Amino acid sequence: METAIAGLAGVLVAAALYLMLTGNLVRFLFGLALLSNAANLVIFAAGRLTWAAPPLIANGAQAPTGTAANALPQALILTAIVIGFGLLTFTLVLVYRTYRALGTVEADALRVAEPLPDTGGAHAPGRGAEGAGAARRRAVE
Amino acid sequence: MLLAAPILIPMIAAVAVFALGRHPRACRMTGVAASGLLLAVALALAARVWRDGPIAAQMGGWPAPFGITLVADLFSAAMVVITGIIALAVTVYALGDVSPDEERRGHHPLVQGLLVGVCGAFLTGDLFNLYVWFEVMLIASFGLMIVGGTRAQIDGAVKYVCLNLIATIAFLMGVALVYGATGTLNMADLAVAVPALGADTTVTATAALFLFAFGVKAALFPVFFWLPASYHTPSVTTSALFAALLTKVGVYALIRVFTLIYDVGVPGVQTVLLVGAAATMVTGVLGAAAQNEIRRILSFHIISQIGYMILGLALYTPLALVGAIFYVLHHIVVKANLFLIGGIAARLTGSEDLSRIGGLWASRPWLGVLFLIPALSLAGIPPLSGFWAKLLIVKASLDAEAWAMAAIALAVGLLTVFSMSKIWVEAFWKPHPGGDGDVDAGAGTVTGSGAAAPALAALVWPAIGLAAITVAIGVFAGPMHEVAARAADELLSPERYLAAVLGVRQ
Repeated sequence: METAIAGLAGVLVAAALYLMLTGNLVRFLFGLALLSNAANLVIFAAGRLTWAAPPLIANGAQAPTGTAANALPQALILTAIVIGFGLLTFTLVLVYRTYRALGTVEADALRVAEPLPDTGGAHAPGRGAEGAGAARRRAVE
Repeated sequence: MLLAAPILIPMIAAVAVFALGRHPRACRMTGVAASGLLLAVALALAARVWRDGPIAAQMGGWPAPFGITLVADLFSAAMVVITGIIALAVTVYALGDVSPDEERRGHHPLVQGLLVGVCGAFLTGDLFNLYVWFEVMLIASFGLMIVGGTRAQIDGAVKYVCLNLIATIAFLMGVALVYGATGTLNMADLAVAVPALGADTTVTATAALFLFAFGVKAALFPVFFWLPASYHTPSVTTSALFAALLTKVGVYALIRVFTLIYDVGVPGVQTVLLVGAAATMVTGVLGAAAQNEIRRILSFHIISQIGYMILGLALYTPLALVGAIFYVLHHIVVKANLFLIGGIAARLTGSEDLSRIGGLWASRPWLGVLFLIPALSLAGIPPLSGFWAKLLIVKASLDAEAWAMAAIALAVGLLTVFSMSKIWVEAFWKPHPGGDGDVDAGAGTVTGSGAAAPALAALVWPAIGLAAITVAIGVFAGPMHEVAARAADELLSPERYLAAVLGVRQ
């Protein structure tokens, strides 16, 4: 069972890397979602997959009787899911804002903060309008 | 309580500042007061750790390997003190720098939120908890990066966010695999459990994941691209805060994890660190030489300086670790100050583009002196703090017979002088390209005519304070060296750290 989960996590990571390397921010988002779920699966598998009982302690007892499931990885996954969801949402909004403000979601066209020497001239203005204009023109073409 | 205070103070301040959102004046003052309080508590913590050795506190009363432990040894405590100093400097600087728009969109709560994450990362003794603090720090820094809402900021933030998220997920996977292999996440417990695994593939795999994740955070050689893409876009206050603290949290995590849990002897790690350190130093300084804007030059120099710290870790001799710790502490102050002074220069002349500005030495000679202190310290000119830091690292390289490393470290120091003199010549020495009348063109427009003087004072005092600390570290290098030496000693022989966390079991 662990092997299957490990294989699945591997496939997810591979797919995520493929999506992230395409240079399109929307695909990057999908890749990010896959990658954080792959990490969650790794945590899940690391806690051992068993058919054990829920880790509940009977009234009056000091410890669970019999084999109980490991509750800690599930707590870790819950934390990781919440954090991952928050970050994914933020990134989604950021990509949307990028599209609205810069007119593109192609990573190669994002040159506003670091204008190319040939678009901004030798005195490339870092916060300047020339590089931004070039990025937008390229996006429009 | 003393251990939790550096986390709780900015946390409470963040909530308070958020609640005070509609009263900008109260917000600013709360921010400054909270930072001052943070510094005071950090000093008290450091004094306690200096006297008693490492101290630990179990959160929620769960005994050590089960609950979350907060722990401070001298290295953590010193980092928290420096964080307090930087917090105070940037919150004061923000009084004259941050625009009302950025304030309304939440600059002040985000700064405090960032401090929560940074202090938490320095003080935690639990690997998963470290991940959580990294996330707190990240999400606050994402907000700070785009709080101005300009196109350049959004552009820079995309690269910053995407690359850092990949690193964080790699870190999380490493945490999961370590937990699967050892069944514990307490760092002191792992210090016993991971070496017990011997030459297991899990050890190599997790070491590689941590190396990658922290390497991205620290802006090491092949994975530093997010830093020069984004650090010059937000407000100067934010840039200085990021430049001082964020990469250094990555360096701290690398040093902590690769001294306490792993050691550099894990196959391949030392080679990767050595090659990475050398390549980081060289690419950083060459990247800086190609830039023509103040903050973009300084951003590349952060990368180059990170190389020195990692070189100290990679050599893994006692002297090298002393050098690495000294370097981190000195660098945080110097780098923050250079960003602050660069911001003042840009504000007085109206641009950060070196070809468009000049004449500052004629109009503001004091600013030139103020700039030269951290600039020369960064380059390693005696008797300033950077000289001692570089001396320790180079000496350690020579002792370890890593001749190439020593040569690279010295050559990169020389190239740093080149970059610093470029800023000096262009911004200070040459006449302003617009003629003498334009020297102060930026001052009136940016700060507003009536408010110019008090705003400038808020900008200048933090820079003076940080410059004074740089000089003090240089002049009193002996005591500073002693702090670094004791911190390095605690890292290399962690018995007292383990005893503090795990109690009588050791």
